[in-house]
This record gives sequence, C-alpha cells and structure tokens, in this order.
Amino acid sequence: MRVDRNINLAEPRVTATPPARLYANRVKVYPARVHGTFRTAKYAFLVFALAVYYTLPWLRWPRGEGAPDQLILLDFAGRRFYLGPVEIWPQEIYLVTGLLILSAIGLFLVSSLFGRVWCGYACPQTVWTDLFMWIERRIEGDRNARMKLDQGARDAAYWRKKVTKHALWLVIAFLTGGSFVLYVQDAPTAVRDIFTGEAGAWTYTFVGLLTFTTYTLAGWAREQVCTYMCPWPRFQAAMLDEQSLIVTYRAWRGEPRGKHKQGEPWEGRGDCIDCRQCVNVCPTGIDIRDGQQLECIGCGLCIDACNAVMDKIGRPRGLIALDTLANVQACERAVAATPPGPGRIPVAEAAHQRMKIIRPRTMIYLGVLSLVAAVMLLALATRSVTDLSVLRDRAPVYVLLSDGSVRNAYTLKIVNKTHEARVFTLSLDGLAAATLAAVGTEDVTGATIPLSAAPDSVASHRVYVTAPPGAVLPESTTVTFRLIDAAGREAARAESVFLAPRR
Amino acid sequence: MPTKIEKDALTGKLTTGHEWDGIKELNTPLPKWWLYILYATIIWAAVWALLFPSFPGLSGYFGGVLGWTKREDIAREVAAVADARAPMFERIRTTDLEEIRRDPTLLRFAMAGARQAFADNCAPCHGSGAEGRPGGFPALIDDDWIWGGTLDDIVFTIRHGIRNALDDDARQSQMPAYGQILSRREIEDVAEHVLSFTGRATDAEAAKRGEAIYAEHCVACHGEQGEGVRAVGGPRLNDAIWLYGGSRDQIIAQITNPRMGVMPPWQGRLDEAIIRMLAVYVHTLGGGE
Repeated sequence: MRVDRNINLAEPRVTATPPARLYANRVKVYPARVHGTFRTAKYAFLVFALAVYYTLPWLRWPRGEGAPDQLILLDFAGRRFYLGPVEIWPQEIYLVTGLLILSAIGLFLVSSLFGRVWCGYACPQTVWTDLFMWIERRIEGDRNARMKLDQGARDAAYWRKKVTKHALWLVIAFLTGGSFVLYVQDAPTAVRDIFTGEAGAWTYTFVGLLTFTTYTLAGWAREQVCTYMCPWPRFQAAMLDEQSLIVTYRAWRGEPRGKHKQGEPWEGRGDCIDCRQCVNVCPTGIDIRDGQQLECIGCGLCIDACNAVMDKIGRPRGLIALDTLANVQACERAVAATPPGPGRIPVAEAAHQRMKIIRPRTMIYLGVLSLVAAVMLLALATRSVTDLSVLRDRAPVYVLLSDGSVRNAYTLKIVNKTHEARVFTLSLDGLAAATLAAVGTEDVTGATIPLSAAPDSVASHRVYVTAPPGAVLPESTTVTFRLIDAAGREAARAESVFLAPRR
Repeated sequence: MPTKIEKDALTGKLTTGHEWDGIKELNTPLPKWWLYILYATIIWAAVWALLFPSFPGLSGYFGGVLGWTKREDIAREVAAVADARAPMFERIRTTDLEEIRRDPTLLRFAMAGARQAFADNCAPCHGSGAEGRPGGFPALIDDDWIWGGTLDDIVFTIRHGIRNALDDDARQSQMPAYGQILSRREIEDVAEHVLSFTGRATDAEAAKRGEAIYAEHCVACHGEQGEGVRAVGGPRLNDAIWLYGGSRDQIIAQITNPRMGVMPPWQGRLDEAIIRMLAVYVHTLGGGE
C-alpha cells in the first residue's frame, strides 16, 4: 500500500454521513484486450494446460490382460491409481501424498522466486476465466463495446449475444465436468455411458457439479474467487520476500503522474500519463499503481499495456515491470535527490540491484523439494511386486493338541501386484521340524506348502504351524515365513513369533 | 451500537464505528451475493426442516412432509443384502459339505459368513477364537472331539445340540455320580488307573486295583485304553486334552460328581445355510477330521 506520510494521524476526521453499507454490489470488471509478451505467454500456457486436461484421459498405456489400459486412471472403486508405468495400491498412498507435498513445496519455491505465477497463469480459476473472457470478447466485443452493451437497450442483438455467450460457456463447463470424471473411469466407456444415460448417479452428480462450478466461477464470480474465496492470496505473502519478482509500478519513475500532451517536456514530471490502460486490462480490476495488494494475481497484463503506451509516447519500457521490492527501494533511495524526470532513469540504473536467487528461503524450499523427491524415487525404486504380511491368532495364542504338540495359527496376506496368477512355496525358518498346513488345501502338509495368489489382488490364507510332539519350546520363538516364487527366488518374507505354553 | 463512524486516514476508508479497546474496524463491505448465499442457506434449512423429521414434540416428533425415516432405509438395505446373498445361500444349502470345503468361492463365502455367525451365536461359550472356556466349554480348534469332528458330525451337533430337552435328536450321554456308587478309596484307585493312560500314575498298586473297577464301570463309554467312545459321547482319557482338567484331584472330582455341559439345538434358530457354513468354519479351525 502506498502511504501518504503527510496525513496527520492524531486527528481522525469524524464524518456526519450515515454509516456505509456493510454489503456492497460487485463492481463489474470489463478487462480490455491487450497484446504483448505476458499476454502471449498466458495464452500459450492456457492452450497447453487445457490440452493436457482434455486429452490426458484419452491416452492409453497397455498393461496386459485384465488391467485397464488408461495412462492416468484413478480407480477409486478398484482401489488402484494407475499413473503410467506406476500402479499405486492403497497401502502405497504415501506416494500420492509425496506427490502432493512435491507440488506444494514446488509452488512455494516458484512463488518465492517469481511471485504469484501460479495465480496468474496456472491456476484453473485463471485458466478457465481467461478462456471465458476470450469467448466473451469474441461475441460481445472489447471493453467499451461490452460496457455499452450492458448499459444499452435490451434488444434482440443484446439477447442474441448474451444467449450465445452463456450457451458456449455452458458447453465448455460441461466438457470440463465431463472430462473430470474421465480420470476416475475408463474414458471411452464413460463417455458412451454418459450420453446413453447408463452412467452411475455419482458420475452425473460430479459432471453436474463441475459444470455448475465452472460456469459460475469462471463466468460469473471470476476475480471474486481470488479475492473472497481463495485462501492462497492470504498466506502466499509468507512465501514472498523483498527478493521475489512481483508486478511492480515504479513510482520513482512514474510520479508525479499526469496527462501529457505531445511535445511537452518530460522534465519535472513522472512518466505515468495516467492513461489508466493498466487498470483497464487488469482481470481483477485493480490499480497496480497502488502498490502490492491482495487482489493482484501477478499475471503481468498491465506490464504489456503500459509497455505499449510507453512505446507510443516514446518513453522507455518498464514503468510497470516484474521487479523485486529490494530493487524498487534501492532505486527510490538513489533517485531521492534527483528531481522527477528522465534524469532519474540513469541514476536508478546505476543503483540497480540484481535479484538474489540464492537465498536461505529458496535454498530451504529447494532442499525440502530434493529431499522429498529423493525419498519418492527411493520408494519407487525399491517397490516390490509381492508383499507378505502375517497376522497371528491371539485368541487363543496357541493350541495344545491331543498328542501334546503345540499349534499356532496365522493369517497370511499375500499381495500379488503382478497381472498373472502365481503359486508360491511357503517355508518357515526358526522352528525345527514344524509342519505347515493351510485351510482349503489341508491334504498338502509338510515343511513347505504351496500358496496361490490371484492376479492383481490380495490373497488371504489361514496357515497352521504345528511344532512336533515332545519338542522343547521356549514361550516365544521368532519365526520367519518365506515365500518362494516359481523361479525359486525368495519373493517376500515376514517375521512373526511361535508361542508355546509356559513350562 | 456503532458510535463514531470515522474516515481512516491511512486507507481512506470508513470505519464501521465499532471500537474495542482502541482497535477500530475498517468497513470492508462484503459482496452482496455472499449475503444472499447466507439467506439461501437459511431458506434451505427451513425447507429441509419441513421435508424431513425435525422438530420434537411432547409425544413424538414432526416426521416431515416426505415421511422419510432412516429405519425404512435400513430395512431396505438389509433386504437388498439378503437378496444379494440369496443365490449363494441356496448353493450352500444344496451343496455337499465336503464340496463346500473344496470350492474356493463357496469356502470363502462360508468362512466370511460363519465368522460373523460364530461370533454372534457360538463365541459366548466356545470363545471368540473357538478356544473354549474353562469349566466345560470345549475348544473347537484342537483335534480332540467328544462327538466326532467330521463335517457331518459337526453339522449334526450344531443342529440338535447336546443334552438338551428341546430336541429329540440331541446328543445324549450321562455319566453317573460315582460318589454315590463307589467308595472314596475306589474312586482314587480308578483315578490312578486313568492317569496311567497318559503315563502319569505314581502308585502302580492302586492303578492295578483301579483297573478292575474301570473294567466294570467305565469301559463301556471310555474304552479299554481310555480311547473314548464317540457313539455315546464318552471322552478320550488318554490324551493331553481334559475338558474339566487333567490333574489327579480334578479327575477324582469329575468321577465323584461329574459335570456335563449342555448345548442348545440351533436348527430352527439359525438358517440351514448358516448352520452348514458354521460346520465348515468350525471344521477349518484346525481340528476338522
């Protein structure tokens, strides 16, 4: 916030006016069209982001018999996340958590370097709002035409334009909601089901919900989502510091602002001609010349607008620019003794401070980012396709058989992440001459028994381990169950204990 | 009440007029639509309260215009589950018990259903893990069976129970109270003989004397070598498992004044399919024959 330090704080002015309303009508924003580097970048990212969003569910990734062939599939019903070559089971949800942590820390890092590029370019709210605004501009015209249309007569042309616009918005909103549900089910099947009325109630609910939110948030609410609803603008300030690049109005160069006629000298005044182009193009309707503010999404469209004006009036670009607060303050200090006018520019350039990319904040973010990424890579690399877990019976902890031998019961869960049925050989270490038996295949008993596991599932087997009669056993013996696969390699192992009565 | 609306010098905004210990509140108006959403939720709540059960009364409650109740929902859900289970129940009813044990699908269904049925009906006496309880509730997980441990034996026992007056086919056996038939000395001798089956006799002479008494009174039900006679429910006396304890004193007590457990018949109380599932379940617990 720019502060006028000349105001006398001691005597607040008491007004006799009636209290202002606590609720205000929204002032509708009519952003004007603009050309330039930032606008091009914003459109480029918009096309990229939407292309990814709409095409990703349609990409295939063959996984073999019995498994879905969708590249990205979050199969909640089947409890599997398919992400390309990686298949995530419920117990591996930490990988998803890691991915979310990576995204969050990545966002922190990018914000600490380049300010709110997420808000200005990548946030879905920004992307769809921008798309909706583009459609609006194609149908209703630019800023002045739209303002005139809204204030003008409600004639046929008015209704034709409005209906066309809202219809197009709704189509895009529906495509958005429709695409969202394709991530959680097989895309071609889901699309056919949606249009033939065969899809489930949840599918329609989510399509409807996201159609509604896309239409209202991108079409109607727009900048109010960022200003009133989104928590991110509230705490993103914690990620920024005086070395972060933010969209800045260089007041030392622009002030005192004022109208300028061609041929008038620039000495003794600022470069800002108060043309309000920066305000007109702003998608959130703010005046960047007021300084850093919560509503600014850092998209840089005002930079494009101002640069175009500077080109036209023959002043150097960069009155509004991506700059660090540190540099702005350094320039302000440097030019304090120089009177306003073109003379300030070389003075400020001499005092220019380069942005510090390496600083504790960015290094900490980068460190945490690398650490999480390393842990994730390690987890992915050491991920096994077979897991074994053993739950031992606790009621009772052991069974005494009629011949005096002791038996313990265990439930073995074999996680078979491969897509083929497998038969393992179970053996037990740590208990001499123990006999194994499994429920369902009681005929086969001995030192080793076969255990089967269906493809892509968890097989549960109840296994009885009997110590031979007369064996002298301690109260607790540590035993290791080993699963040997068909190739003779150990596929998984798990430890447990064998309990016997106290002697 | 707002007292003093001021124009804030720093921001140029008006205050709300509220002041708390010198802290004043800027008037940053909320958008109108936000207020309308609040009104919409209030209307929503009112409509909701009208449609669904809401207000308590002195006798009962206002049931809502739709007449919806959670109880009906649950009844519907239970009925739906029963319908879904029906084909499997029918298969369990009509499939041979041995075949159920061999068929992985049927076995999995039977195990899952019977685990719950066992916990609801059997666990109070036999324990949650079928480990039995002291005082005559037999373990079902060991390999010692009084009435037999084949699938057919188990299903018969569950259907008709043991020593109850409710079912004509209930398994019956009665051990006389030898405290009124034999002298204390004779009982001690028989106990010594019984201990000799598991090699625990300490007085060879007493055991010898007991052998004759055993031959006269006990052999019909417990067998010559204490191997038990399942047809009449005479338990084995030559193994490591004792229902009422295997020490000398416990054996004497049991001979003198025998305790015998009772099990109710479950036929009629449980669905035939559940009884069959329970039989398969008990059979898989580790002692099935």
